[in-house]
Amino acid sequence: MKITGTEISGDAVEVSGAEIVVKCLQAEGVEYIFGYPGGAVLFIYDELFKQDKVRHVLVRHEQAAAHAADAYSRASQKVGVCLVTSGPGVTNAVTGIATAYMDSIPMVILSGQVPTHAIGQDAFQEVDAVGITRPCVKHNFLVKDVRELAATIKKAFVIASTGRPGPVLVDIPKDVTVAKTPFHYPDSAAMRSYNPVTKGHPGQIKKAAQLILEAKRPMIYSGGGVILSDSAPLLARLVKTLGFPVTNTLMGLGGYPGDDRQFLGMLGMHGTYEANMAMQHCDVLVAVGARFDDRVIGNPGHFGQVPRKIIHIDVDPSSISKRVKVDVPIVGHVPDVLEELLRQLEPQAAKVDQKALAAWWAQIELWRGRDCLRYDRASAIIKPQLVVEKLYEVTKGDAFITSDVGQHQMWAAQFYKFAKPRRWINSGGLGTMGVGLPYAMGAQLANPGATVACVTGEASFTMCIQELSTCKQYRLPLKIVLLNNRYMGMVRQWQQFFHGNRYSESYMDALPDFVKLAESFGHVGMRIEKPGDVEGALKEAFARKNDLVFMDFLTDQTENVYPMVPGGKGLSEMILSEEL
Amino acid sequence: MNAPSPYTLPFVETKAMRHIISILLENESGALSRVAGLFSARGYNIESLTVAPTEDPSLSRMTIVTTGSDDVIEQITKQLNKLIEVVKLVDLSEAAHIERELMLIKVRAAGKDREEMKRMADIFRGRIIDVTESTYTIELTGDGTKLDAFIEALDKTAILETVRTGASGIARGERVLRV
Repeated sequence: MKITGTEISGDAVEVSGAEIVVKCLQAEGVEYIFGYPGGAVLFIYDELFKQDKVRHVLVRHEQAAAHAADAYSRASQKVGVCLVTSGPGVTNAVTGIATAYMDSIPMVILSGQVPTHAIGQDAFQEVDAVGITRPCVKHNFLVKDVRELAATIKKAFVIASTGRPGPVLVDIPKDVTVAKTPFHYPDSAAMRSYNPVTKGHPGQIKKAAQLILEAKRPMIYSGGGVILSDSAPLLARLVKTLGFPVTNTLMGLGGYPGDDRQFLGMLGMHGTYEANMAMQHCDVLVAVGARFDDRVIGNPGHFGQVPRKIIHIDVDPSSISKRVKVDVPIVGHVPDVLEELLRQLEPQAAKVDQKALAAWWAQIELWRGRDCLRYDRASAIIKPQLVVEKLYEVTKGDAFITSDVGQHQMWAAQFYKFAKPRRWINSGGLGTMGVGLPYAMGAQLANPGATVACVTGEASFTMCIQELSTCKQYRLPLKIVLLNNRYMGMVRQWQQFFHGNRYSESYMDALPDFVKLAESFGHVGMRIEKPGDVEGALKEAFARKNDLVFMDFLTDQTENVYPMVPGGKGLSEMILSEEL
Repeated sequence: MNAPSPYTLPFVETKAMRHIISILLENESGALSRVAGLFSARGYNIESLTVAPTEDPSLSRMTIVTTGSDDVIEQITKQLNKLIEVVKLVDLSEAAHIERELMLIKVRAAGKDREEMKRMADIFRGRIIDVTESTYTIELTGDGTKLDAFIEALDKTAILETVRTGASGIARGERVLRV
């Protein structure tokens, strides 16, 4: 470990560990931290109190602190920061940390710990935070010496935000926050064992360019890596230069404009017919910042039956050839690789086989003609898809949309055509119910003045409902779009398809009156029961710029998400709505 | 620990082979549990694991013996490399290498068996390092198969206790693993 930066002068003033923590956050330019105080972090909270550069957001449960910090990062490209106390503070945050880890979100979690002399004594509010979080962080540290505190926090920010990003936890015992040392914040942290790659191998990029130009049925498939590395403009340039079709994963939505003709929609378990068919039948596949996970390509054996050449660009070597064999692996930072690929491809774009490409597009248009996302627009009951479509219209496609997990998440992904990156904020990898509201809080604080809506279900929403209180305290004018079908919709759908309609424990009985509930927290509540009222209600809600408006849409209880690739099936083995 | 890894590619059938992976990692508390946790979390096998500091006290050298198909081994090395504390690693089985394991074995050695036990230790180039009236403690080094063979050669009822270190490995020739 080599630390560079200004030298500490001999007569430097000694400050406490708690003050060092706050000074480090200030030096990193941290605007908000999300947290909840407790015994082990009292000295840190005392230092926060004495300054006003780093603003603290008091959540109502530590899980929400982690989720909000996570969303703050997703919606702003900065590192999200949260602060929790020892013991239950950390364990409550674990779900949020694991959620960020699965989606590679840069985040720093500061956790209090019992004093160093008490560690291992089963002290009050003691848990092995480093041990508990080890499998769900990119890295973690226990700081035992105040002289290492600043350098460790620097390392945490560097590790969280470089290479494949991820959460990093710094566990700080209470006595370390009291001990004193001169403050010195390093400019950088070089670690001999940590050197993430940037530039891709030029030979590999050349091979990829060659393959791309020879393609007859090409396909570009991009994921969360494009969003995380802010490469959407480069991806658009690649797609436009080549005239190829493109699809985004759930995590990659907004990586390419959702309303463009060359966009085939999301792919995967609930992807569009055209995206999944093109993915299955292409002859050259360019994967950019995506990882071929089980919800994306279904059964890898089935996927592998069709011969195709795969080019895989990813910053993490372990993502390559993990689930499918690839022909041209390119390990590198996505924007660096795309720049180089474009530099080679742009002068040769005329070499693309236009005749073959036109035939391929004709095939894709046939698939698109199946109109796989159609639903009963004449229904007398509110269809959830209708609500998302109207939400898209009313917000002119320009809102930050967060979601929880389940059917509503899929409908939001399918029907809201994201034009820009970082506008779609959801838990893709871990699938954490309850993220929607804290995600909306983080997104709103990262983008004051922007329109932020949370598309949610009644089961998910109830999991972090206490945060309505936080929203009131910080006057966050979120718009909650609750698609209320009185079921854990996705569980019910699987039970209908695969468990003989036995709806075991998936009915949401004894729900609260959400309108009164919202009002009791000091917000505005609305209940919408008829399809004809959907648009008007949304317009009214979004016109209330300063209020959190909770819209309880009573939707069709038995609506299913189509298309669907059942677990273990191949991508082209979709269940479509007409077949039921 | 023989459950198939979820990372096995179902359409690629390569045989599970034994590999010996040598790792240089930061000599910090927690580094070992990160490596061990990675193996259990991802369902990889560990046959043996040895670790101790090197001549540079800031570094530890670890030797892991594992089995897996080519794809699994590729994932194991990539995942190990991702750990922040791993400085360098090499799959020793990719080239000529030497591996040694140390075994301490306490055996019954009384009466007429006493002389026979001494002879067995000599045949395997073991050294008797502790003696009582009725027992010998024998030190034996070699690769795993040699130690297995010694145990095989003994009368089972004569074995009182065995301790094995697991394999340590180093490349043959001028290849070195260092920072």
